[in-house]
Amino acid sequence: MIKIDNQIQEILESVSDPEIPVLSILDMGIVKDAQQKADHVLITITPTYSGCPAMDVIEEDIVNAFKSHNIEAKVDTVLSPPWTTEWISENGKQKLEKYGIAPPMNETMDKKALLDGERIIKCPQCGSTNTEMVSQFGSTPCKALFKCQDCLEPFDYLKCI
Amino acid sequence: MNDNLYQYILQLSDNSMILGHRLSELCGHGPSLETDIALTNISLDLYGQTRSYCQYAAKVKGEDFNEDTVAFLRTEREYKNVLLVEQPNTDFAYIIVRQFLFDAYHLPLLEQLKNSKDEMIAAIAAKSIKEVSYHHRFSSEWVKRLGDGTEESHQKMQEALDYLWAYAGELFEESQIEKWAKEEGIGADLNAIHEEYKKDIEAVFAEATLTIPEYDPYQQGGKNGIHSEHMGYILTELQYMQRTYPNMTW
Repeated sequence: MIKIDNQIQEILESVSDPEIPVLSILDMGIVKDAQQKADHVLITITPTYSGCPAMDVIEEDIVNAFKSHNIEAKVDTVLSPPWTTEWISENGKQKLEKYGIAPPMNETMDKKALLDGERIIKCPQCGSTNTEMVSQFGSTPCKALFKCQDCLEPFDYLKCI
Repeated sequence: MNDNLYQYILQLSDNSMILGHRLSELCGHGPSLETDIALTNISLDLYGQTRSYCQYAAKVKGEDFNEDTVAFLRTEREYKNVLLVEQPNTDFAYIIVRQFLFDAYHLPLLEQLKNSKDEMIAAIAAKSIKEVSYHHRFSSEWVKRLGDGTEESHQKMQEALDYLWAYAGELFEESQIEKWAKEEGIGADLNAIHEEYKKDIEAVFAEATLTIPEYDPYQQGGKNGIHSEHMGYILTELQYMQRTYPNMTW
């Protein structure tokens, strides 16, 4: 985990992912570095998916969040190393589940659920694992669509990448 | 400016962009809600990759180029995508076979480019490969489901494969630029990719009970900017905004 000065950390905590507003960009693990420069703060972020339309908004939100504290921020985007769902914090995973999105499992379990149709993804509504994949692609590229066979609610599962 | 590098990035970029464009035409027109969402998600991934390539190409080109001028303001002959990706969305069988043939090439290509001596190409490849493995999973499953489905779906899939097969060969014909990139350690070795590709498609088509056509001749030209009649229509739509309102931004 990166070392960030307390005030910078607090400001970054206040910036949320526009598609999943309960998660801050720190929870998502997309902030790679934060450096205090002579006259500005340099924040380095990495995209979740190449085509993630939220990235431009996140960049603007970071600049605005710092501006409201009278700090000038610049944002740099790097592609390498590529983002992985493993970078979502434990806290973030809990918040996801509470919000109604099943958090990513580890890669082996993920493959079993998405490829072999094993019923192991826990429904964020009722907790049952009697769930079935409806579609590998959901409302955004990072999610797959599932349906719970017990409470019959559809839900999103954040795919492992 | 390194023109060879610029041309090589364009080729990578244009394959993703033109296929991404073809898939985006399906937004709201997919045969079912799930496939509609999946195909447009795949389109979004491909456009995201295109954006990274175009930003990099603009940087390599220098002058006053930016991602938009690279993406939208070239003439038809300056687009270097293969003919396969510009083929129309005739029906769902064509869409799926086109996608699978491209994915089966794209995946091992990115696997090699991950080790490119060019750091930026390596970074884009390492990022894209995770997305493209989902594309490959999606298209190969549909090939099996429809090929080994009903009599009608099987027949339509075989027809699409017979037609599109004439465009698959070009993927593996090495252009001057690809030869340069391979020798520099920047690009991929198409022969090695071809071997992986053959293994992959043979297994999937066999499971799908589809027959790989026996003929070898193929259509070519896209890598050198000589396109099929479809390309002009694609560019007319793709370039409309930038041509009509030059330098517009969102």
